[in-house]
Amino acid sequence: MKVSSILATKGTNVITIRPEQTVKEAVALLVERNIGALVVVNEAGQPVGIISERDIIRAAARREDVFSQPVGQVMTRELVVGLPQDDLISVAHTMTEKRFRHLPIVDQGKLVGIVSIGDVVKAQRDQYKGEIDTLTTQIMTDEA
Amino acid sequence: MTQIGTDANPLRVAIIGAGPTGFYAADHLFKQSDLVVEIDVFDRLPTPYGLVRFGVAPDHQKIKNVTKVFDKIAAHPNFRFYGNVEFGRHITLSDLREHYHQIFFATGAQSDRRMNIPGEDLQGSHAATEFVAWYNGHPDYRDRHFDLSQERVAVVGVGNVAVDVARILCRTADELVKTDIADYALEALGQSRVREVFLLGRRGPAQAAFTVPEIKELGELADADVVTLPEEIELDDLSRASLERNPDPATIKKVEILQEYALREPTGKSRRLTIRFLVSPVELIGNERGQVVRMRLVRNVLYETEAGTLRPRHTDQFEEMSVGLVFRSVGYRGVPLPGVPFNERWGVILNEKGRVIDPDTQEPLVGEYTGGWIKRGPTGVIGTNKSDAAETVKCMLEDLANGLILNPSQPDAAAVEKLVRERQPNYFSYADWLRLNELEIARGRAVGRPRVKFTSVEEMLTALER
Repeated sequence: MKVSSILATKGTNVITIRPEQTVKEAVALLVERNIGALVVVNEAGQPVGIISERDIIRAAARREDVFSQPVGQVMTRELVVGLPQDDLISVAHTMTEKRFRHLPIVDQGKLVGIVSIGDVVKAQRDQYKGEIDTLTTQIMTDEA
Repeated sequence: MTQIGTDANPLRVAIIGAGPTGFYAADHLFKQSDLVVEIDVFDRLPTPYGLVRFGVAPDHQKIKNVTKVFDKIAAHPNFRFYGNVEFGRHITLSDLREHYHQIFFATGAQSDRRMNIPGEDLQGSHAATEFVAWYNGHPDYRDRHFDLSQERVAVVGVGNVAVDVARILCRTADELVKTDIADYALEALGQSRVREVFLLGRRGPAQAAFTVPEIKELGELADADVVTLPEEIELDDLSRASLERNPDPATIKKVEILQEYALREPTGKSRRLTIRFLVSPVELIGNERGQVVRMRLVRNVLYETEAGTLRPRHTDQFEEMSVGLVFRSVGYRGVPLPGVPFNERWGVILNEKGRVIDPDTQEPLVGEYTGGWIKRGPTGVIGTNKSDAAETVKCMLEDLANGLILNPSQPDAAAVEKLVRERQPNYFSYADWLRLNELEIARGRAVGRPRVKFTSVEEMLTALER
């Protein structure tokens, strides 16, 4: 199973923010969209970083005026990006090992989506549930 | 506002596509307590079950047992089937909006990805799905011709479809006669001169999509030896490191089985199935009659993406092999439905968790939903569509609770039946199908087979004395 099948059921709209916008705007977007991270993009729409709830909490611990800070000051710059062709199994492993929870997906230089650890867990759960269900059905209908 | 979903005003749902997802969606809706729902399922083919009938390999009869579950769902008094009724032709989106509160598209992934290499359209080069539909008796494909007088066949891809095609090509007539393979395909394959089948994977053994049972099955064929090449099933450094970091038991088992195949001595069986890795076709070469005779392959090496996936990269090493028949199975895409927003990038209906999205506003379109492969792309097993359909049905129930449903002018079953009768007098009901099913099984019993399928609409009408 590939990352693209997770993105297929997420529309085409990717929520992004610019580095010069404020943390306050970022928080408003996170709350409004009920998500945990935003991809930070430059004028050309290329990802330059990611800002997560955790980045904001860390910044808040350092300074109280965190809300007026520009996103570019608070975001994580070391960005791991994924491809639509990435295998779910390797993405799940890399996210767990490297301890990050959001993976922006880039196709031919363009940001096409973001996959969260929640999406990955759900996709794996659905995959296993599907396999169990198929096997159960075979056994049950054999007996019938 | 009248409450919808009661005895007086049932929720009316149209499902387009009678494959597994269509049935599972109906089942989830019927199982809701305090909801009265009427479900009409439309299919462009006369028979239900979608890919369970036309995709699942005939020598995998056990998998087809799931149809017993579907029949139970269809037995619900509020379930109706309209077979041989095509969306966009006999019935349109605006017709449905006049008769239903909610519309659910479950039409699957009907087109195959091309390899995009020179020579792809030579005679003897086919989509693997066309061959699958042919041997499974799909009415649209029964008249296709595949040149089984060729001795050497390449199947491009190592997913489930590719493995099915390679295995069917290697089966003997004695093995196939025990299946419900179409009678004309049984005859053609019985006379097949195919001796060498190559399954071609572009990545290594650890990355191949096939499952352990499928790969084991290839080693147990009655009259075909299975072969892998030692130099191709020896794991490269990246694959080994990746497997050490993430020791997935299924992957380890798969590699073990493939390595064991490399050690097997040929037992003199009349056919040979060779599973190749780290190769990609770059060109098909034809003779003067435009018939494929050779395939040019490039060898690949693996590289690691940032997210840890091992992907193939072409080298400058090429080889050629002679083949007379080529089946490509390198991916599948959905086909856009008239009037329904499509996401070109992924080849699916534009959706969020199954709600169809308006491309202009990025907001959900009221009353339109999707599930299965046309929602998430071609991935997973039959059972995966159960949780997929459940996710969409959850959205449907939420929207119903919030009054976000269509407002049909004629929400009644009789009006739909009248409309269908006018547009497609030769429609098939579920009762028609159950009768056909009995007849197919009886035809099979007479010749010692699980079933002999009807493969054309005319045959089915005649059988029903219509």
